Amino acid sequence: MSQSLFGIHAAALELRSQRMGMIASNIANAATPNYKARDIDFGAALKASEAGGDIDAAAAKSVLYRVPVMPSLDGNTVELQNEQLAFSENAVGYSATLEFIRNRVDTVTRAIRGE
Amino acid sequence: MSGPSTLFDVARRGMSAQLVRMNAAASNLANAGTVASSEAQAYRPIRAVFAEDLDRASGLASVKVQGVIRESVAPIKSHDPTHPLADANGDVWTSPVDENAEMVEMLESSRQYQNMVEALSTAKQLMIETMRLK
Repeated sequence: MSQSLFGIHAAALELRSQRMGMIASNIANAATPNYKARDIDFGAALKASEAGGDIDAAAAKSVLYRVPVMPSLDGNTVELQNEQLAFSENAVGYSATLEFIRNRVDTVTRAIRGE
Repeated sequence: MSGPSTLFDVARRGMSAQLVRMNAAASNLANAGTVASSEAQAYRPIRAVFAEDLDRASGLASVKVQGVIRESVAPIKSHDPTHPLADANGDVWTSPVDENAEMVEMLESSRQYQNMVEALSTAKQLMIETMRLK
């Protein structure tokens, strides 16, 4: 139901939310030895969920390890500037998707009210 | 102990861990230059050890403090017979705290703490916006 009403945006919002959690995990583990930073390949995950499938499964399949620019001695691959960038990019994407959904809701509401 | 279930959980634990690290660095700085009358009694720097705390169900990973260890650095022995704590040979042991390293540790920790707060406030803002959707 929500899939047909909001189109691609329902899945996109869910994926953005999951990606936000993953990047926040990376930021939290910036000082953990041997922690490997992970990220969701958003495009691939969205394509997988579009092909018909569970969003969680699509997200889990698109998780990739981040390749560090300069690996540190303690085996940690979190690079704060990259994580900050990814986080803000994802936040903007989330806002945009939210705006699309908001507009869709407005349109439908107006149609129901007969304005 | 179960892993983090929400983004707020991740941030809370991450910030607590950084705080432990900052406290350890502060303790080391406070004890920099303290003198003891034997090698065993001398202060040795403490260090927080972090470990990943992964919740497989939600895919979120937080931090936990695995423990606070004492570094095995030898105290600095110096000959000072006039010192009130000097032993029979006139030696005293000074704590081997590297102030510069501790300051760097503190700075890094506070930056990472800040970063976590920043990420949390952005995430919180987005969640509120989603909630107000009508």
